[in-house]
Amino acid sequence: MSIATQGTDVNTGKIARTFIYLVLLVFALFYLLPFFVMVVNSLKPLDEITGGNMMALPDKWTIQPWLSAWSSAQIGVEPTGLKPYFVNSILMVVPAVAISTFLGALNGYVLTKWRFRGDTILFGLLLFSCFIPFQIVLIPMATILGKIGLAGTIPGLVLVHVVYGVGFTTLYYRNYYAAFPTELVRAAMMDGAGFFRIFWRIMLPVSGPITVVSVIWQFTNVWNDFLFGASFGGQSQPMTVALNNLVQSSTGVKEYNVHFAGAILAALPTLLVYIVAGRYFVRGLMAGSVKG
Amino acid sequence: MARHATDADFRTKLQEWIPKLVLSPSIALMLIFVYGFILFTVYLSFTGSRMLPRYDLVGFDNYARLWGLSAWWTAVTNLAIFASLYIFICTAIGLTLAILLDQKIRGEGMLRPIYLYPMALSFIVTGTAWKWFLDPGIGLENTMHLWGWDSFSFGWIKDRNMAIYTIVIAAVWQTSGFVMAMFLAGLRGIDNEILKAAQIDGASNWSLYRRIVIPMLRPAFLSAFVILAHLAVKSYDLVIALTGGGPGRATELPATFMYSYTFTRNQMGTGAASAVIMLMTIAAIMMPYLYAELKEKK
Amino acid sequence: MGFLDISNVTKSYGNVEVLHQVDIKVEEGEFLVLVGPSGCGKSTLLNMIAGLEGITSGDISIKGRVMNGVHPSNRNIAMVFQSYALYPNMTVGQNMTFGLEMHGVEKSKRDVALKDVAKLLQLDQLLDRKPGQLSGGQRQRVAMGRALVRDPDVFLFDEPLSNLDAKLRVDMRTEIKKLHEKLKTTIVYVTHDQIEALTLSTRIAVMNGGYVQQLGTPKEIYDTPANLFVATFMGSPAMNVLPAKVSMVDGVPYAQIIDGEGQPVSLRFSQENMEDWDGKDILLGIRPEALTDPEGADRKSTNIATFHNAIDVTEPAGSDTFVTTTLGDADVIARMRADTDVASGQMFEFAVNMDKAVAFDPVTEQRIAP
Repeated sequence: MSIATQGTDVNTGKIARTFIYLVLLVFALFYLLPFFVMVVNSLKPLDEITGGNMMALPDKWTIQPWLSAWSSAQIGVEPTGLKPYFVNSILMVVPAVAISTFLGALNGYVLTKWRFRGDTILFGLLLFSCFIPFQIVLIPMATILGKIGLAGTIPGLVLVHVVYGVGFTTLYYRNYYAAFPTELVRAAMMDGAGFFRIFWRIMLPVSGPITVVSVIWQFTNVWNDFLFGASFGGQSQPMTVALNNLVQSSTGVKEYNVHFAGAILAALPTLLVYIVAGRYFVRGLMAGSVKG
Repeated sequence: MARHATDADFRTKLQEWIPKLVLSPSIALMLIFVYGFILFTVYLSFTGSRMLPRYDLVGFDNYARLWGLSAWWTAVTNLAIFASLYIFICTAIGLTLAILLDQKIRGEGMLRPIYLYPMALSFIVTGTAWKWFLDPGIGLENTMHLWGWDSFSFGWIKDRNMAIYTIVIAAVWQTSGFVMAMFLAGLRGIDNEILKAAQIDGASNWSLYRRIVIPMLRPAFLSAFVILAHLAVKSYDLVIALTGGGPGRATELPATFMYSYTFTRNQMGTGAASAVIMLMTIAAIMMPYLYAELKEKK
Repeated sequence: MGFLDISNVTKSYGNVEVLHQVDIKVEEGEFLVLVGPSGCGKSTLLNMIAGLEGITSGDISIKGRVMNGVHPSNRNIAMVFQSYALYPNMTVGQNMTFGLEMHGVEKSKRDVALKDVAKLLQLDQLLDRKPGQLSGGQRQRVAMGRALVRDPDVFLFDEPLSNLDAKLRVDMRTEIKKLHEKLKTTIVYVTHDQIEALTLSTRIAVMNGGYVQQLGTPKEIYDTPANLFVATFMGSPAMNVLPAKVSMVDGVPYAQIIDGEGQPVSLRFSQENMEDWDGKDILLGIRPEALTDPEGADRKSTNIATFHNAIDVTEPAGSDTFVTTTLGDADVIARMRADTDVASGQMFEFAVNMDKAVAFDPVTEQRIAP
């Protein structure tokens, strides 16, 4: 996607421009406010929350809620904090992202540079699989995972996320490689490079931008997933499920400050990724979704 | 590249098979875990399965039962309200912000990430944040009272008739920035000369956008609609985190209905039938779109 | 048997045959140009020689070895692509030696080959650059260098100049020609540009609709086109084609045409053997440069016919002035020297060099004379 420097802007008067800035700022406030409130209140003692104003900065700053959320809060029945679940999420996300991205790259390469009869139909089926409501596969998936002994395990969750992520990664790489001149592949073929050599030496070295997109997309989706984690997580529940258990727990006093600290902890990895590489992500996402 | 299989050398033949071999694991996974499972669920929807899958066919009983359940009707009605508001508001906000942001705004580089970051959060986090923000006891209402606006009242999340709208608010908060980015990309992709021509033709700002720019954003509208519609049908996490389907069953959506009927109420046949209906809804939205996309690419 | 033998080759996609019975023998050192409009099958044929597309029936052999089904990299050929197809992630040097590396040639030998070719193409200074840092002409040279390094039996060029601007295209055309004359390599070159075809080739195959319309030297193709398609496709401005009737007067054939005022004009044929066509309609083909003012007519010609006709339009083009006039209801272009004194609307004496006139059968569109 090339962003033209000259926009579709129109000439506007001073009053109009002030109004535009006003609207933009109001919306910025709308997007920032809930997160601001969460951060501020995660740094307050509990009595300041229940008795005070959510917009106010803490009188007494404390990181106790964060420590509690991380290592001692009651999750379900065990007072383990979110730490073990955070580790679960990491153990699940890394292989799931790596495998689905790698498969997506290979699939995209085949579907654009080694086309064969019927490949468009296969791609269509793959693409549609990205959009199915996952409720349609929950029952058989639970049965199969149980049968192959992966129910409630990290490898089981990795398998699930690879299966339902590979459609998107294939879509990204396919669109990216489609714009990559096929003549280059032909030239490499005549130079004597085979299928894998062309992939390693010619395609992968120029796949940086789309790999960033694919990795961020998959990372965000897998990390943020709740449905699969709740359904098949068993003893290996990911962060999102644990957070929900923490927040929804009906026993004892509701420790709002701990809930907020936990919520931010759960959001932190994806936020960090977004802050570091968000620009590339949006750029690539646009190329992938607007152009189909 | 069809070759003569009979007279091709080994290397050529190998090169013809490798791509298909490389593709086959993904295709196999897809055929089993997506399409095989869909068929299995469709089959289950015609059986009397309760806690565990059973294979006795009962015809359309589950579908008949489903449409007789008031809980299902609530879920479907909620989805209709939620989806239409969610799609409409997200599109309106997204388009407005994109157009405003496209007016050579100072600080665009600051504002864009602010609009976009909620997209990086999980629905569980979004739900947690908004659940609390909207809680009359400690959230916005309480704050307004503390600031001296005593008559301020905002208790939608506890109100059976209004709770579904709080889900719309939180969902819009999460996704509208993303829609803005789609429209912004569309705006930046419009050929500048067309706009210059329109201005020379004497188009006012308003008619420039209404007659030229917005019609040219058609592909972005279409993509936004498809993405938002399928997100709406799939919405599950947000409801769980924000309202848990309550108060009562006031914010149940088909996705939460399916889950609770299948796994907590042991009505697997009925749950499967509801999943099939969700799939059909999405297929009706996606199929024409995918068909057009793939045909054009051939 | 030729060096590169294309015998009875056809290509079909499903039930659709896109190339019909192509039969071309190329000798070592020849520069064969495949030329034709887009969709004529020229690129398909080139890809079949390269091994990038399969052969439906017939054989392609190089140096007597049948290449059907042989992998492209094992045919000892090299190809220069329209987009140059330079690997964006590799330097110029790596681009040029990638093929040798894939064929397992050791580094020291690769470096020697690279040095020779880089010197030949004046790429010495650019070897460490990436393709993105090069100008169009430099990329073109790298693409050729990559082909040369391999020292292949046959070079294939797929419209290599079409991405360059007009001036650079002319320069590179000359460079390719020089290179061929120096190295005496065997080249098959695809283009849709008939001027490239005429200037570069030792032989031309004009293609249309999946058929080779004519195979011959540039002179044969230009002077004696096999049919109406070749006649009008090759040459710019295109050959004028006007309806005419043959009449024999005292055993000498004349072409009867109609001038701008509807009056008949008789032009004597230089050819004798037209008896069979007496009284019949033909199409008469006259190249613009064979239609001039009497002063500018070819002095070596044995047969100049003159007539008067009105000038419709004059277009001075620097070195020449093109004059449009109407003959037999068709617009006809004459090519005059730049200093010819002409003006629109003026009656003017035209001279036709009938030695260069060509006659076609109006039904089959095949050439009947000379």
